[in-house]
Amino acid sequence: MAEVAALDQVEPASPGGPEVAGRSPWALAGRRLVRNRVAMGGLVLFLLIVVVSFAAPIYADHVAHVNPFENNLNGTTIVNGKKVPLLQQGGGILHLGETPIGPTWDIHHYFLGADQNGRDVASRVLYGGRSSLIVGVGSAVLCCFFATVLALLAGFHGGVVDSVFSRSMDVIWAFPVLLLAICVATVLLNAPNGVGVGPIRVQASSLWLPTLIIAFIFLPYVFRPVRGHVLAVSEKEYVEAAIAQGASGWRLVFSEVLPNVITVVIVLLPLIIATTILTEAALSYLSIGVQPPNASWGSVISDGQGLLYTRPWVAIAPGIMIVLTVLALNVFGDGVRDALDPRAKLRIEG
Amino acid sequence: MATFIIRRMLSLFLVMFVITVVVFMIFFHTPGIDPTRQIAGRNPSAAAVKEIKHQFGLDRPLPIQYLLMMKKIFITRDLVSYSNQGQRIVPEVVQAAPATLSLAFGAAVIWVVVSILMGLAAAVFKGSLVDPVLMILALIGISMPVFWVGELANLITQSRWHDTFLFHWVPPLGYTPFVQDPGLWFKGLVIPWITLSIAFIGLYARVLRSSLLEVQNEDYVRTARAKGLSERRVLLRHTLRTSMITYVSLFGLDFGALVAGATLLTEVVFGIHGVGYLTYQSIGNLDLPTIMVTVIYGAFFIVLANAFVDIAYAWLDPRIRPA
Repeated sequence: MAEVAALDQVEPASPGGPEVAGRSPWALAGRRLVRNRVAMGGLVLFLLIVVVSFAAPIYADHVAHVNPFENNLNGTTIVNGKKVPLLQQGGGILHLGETPIGPTWDIHHYFLGADQNGRDVASRVLYGGRSSLIVGVGSAVLCCFFATVLALLAGFHGGVVDSVFSRSMDVIWAFPVLLLAICVATVLLNAPNGVGVGPIRVQASSLWLPTLIIAFIFLPYVFRPVRGHVLAVSEKEYVEAAIAQGASGWRLVFSEVLPNVITVVIVLLPLIIATTILTEAALSYLSIGVQPPNASWGSVISDGQGLLYTRPWVAIAPGIMIVLTVLALNVFGDGVRDALDPRAKLRIEG
Repeated sequence: MATFIIRRMLSLFLVMFVITVVVFMIFFHTPGIDPTRQIAGRNPSAAAVKEIKHQFGLDRPLPIQYLLMMKKIFITRDLVSYSNQGQRIVPEVVQAAPATLSLAFGAAVIWVVVSILMGLAAAVFKGSLVDPVLMILALIGISMPVFWVGELANLITQSRWHDTFLFHWVPPLGYTPFVQDPGLWFKGLVIPWITLSIAFIGLYARVLRSSLLEVQNEDYVRTARAKGLSERRVLLRHTLRTSMITYVSLFGLDFGALVAGATLLTEVVFGIHGVGYLTYQSIGNLDLPTIMVTVIYGAFFIVLANAFVDIAYAWLDPRIRPA
């Protein structure tokens, strides 16, 4: 009975009655997303990590008073009111060599300790987060943009264009993700004068290089589903109707096809960002991602590998940041998918 | 079916050919990059560069260069490494393969068993607390970088808790061949297996759960129930069985990728000298021919796995064959 009553309310209002506000599918999806508390929690956590990471210079300059990119082998800091050297002689298990100071848990003085070069780990983790997020989000956005453009061209033109694009994507797809990244990164990072096309040159130390490499590698993972949807949408009646009206190719693409496939891209974007952040971390860990002087979460973990048994926090802290970021994005991504695709046969419920 | 297999094989060879061309071009003909620079040193004499180019056939016309390189990889198998000129790469990769295969197979066993149990449990206990808890664990598993998990595992099993009864059996990092000492082979691989399988367990448990819940609404499941079959039988014989089609095809691809090089990070963290570790060392030495061979090896595995999955799929589901 309740359902019937609800249906009655949706009936067109009688003349003079209150108008029923129509909601666009986007508004409906937005409302579904906002109501999904788990997904919003993911979004808030991600934004929090972004804000904290981009506050890295403020933290380094005004709170910790350190330069996290400069070796500080003879530096000192204050623990319990006493001055102590950053690198302690023979602190390790074997009592050999130098061991950097461990976490002081004092936000002003080497909160997470120092690394092998006496650099503040907390600041490096924050700066590293900035690079990781720039590379991760940047490459995902670039990847989704170019993959969508290619998919629209391929799906819309068909024929030779489609074959060429689709087969090229198949070739990229055939490579193991990490190995292709390794190939391209190893070759490009060793270009003597940076890499460039025409007047645009990218130095090996620039964040652009890992960003572009990672964007390139994930192209087919976006291209394939988007092209599939372009093909499916192109068969729909409303596209046929537009063609019958004499719509131009541009109008077909931008007003009829694109709005109906863009949801696929939006659903993919958070999940692709999660993946690109993990890939960036892996490449930087292998020392072929973000290059010094920049740090990234992956490269800080790599710095911490030699100190794993004596000063584990150097490697643990950036890893926790990666897990939180990727987890937040995955949770949010699930929410976006559920919100935009209400017809999906099944939704993963939190 | 036979025509399908033949067509699939033809396309397989075509893709393999393209892959070798692409890899060759990336390594030896990326504009602005001199592939000999890495071995010739900082300021090489013209004669030295010429000598190296000749040795690797890089002074010949492009198609000949490519063919020479492929001949050295597939036929004579005498392509030598840049960093160690006495080292033949192909036998080195073949020698490293058992370690990678051991790692991949063991991890696959763990991930299949655990993810099926998790997926089933989550689907069966949907609506109770078990389901969300399992799915959150799965999501965390997907979100962790494998090399970091490996470092944490090392920290716990090699250092912090190594002297407790929990982990005193864990041998030092490294790989012991099965033929040398099966016991040590197993002990040394347990932690790497678990580490490698965590992300896959998370992914597959999620995939299986949603597929199970989707299949549960199918008519034939209702029919099975109407026939009076027990819930257990409906779940295992009807629901799970159908869900496994998606699972198996995904598994084929991921396992191919694993053997192909996705074990690299795990090998590096645990010091397992497999193909991935070889690639890792070659990155440090800028040993382009070695990376090229390992990448081609990996890509071939993926292409083979793809073809295998397609054929298996066509065999399972005749509707796909004409495609």
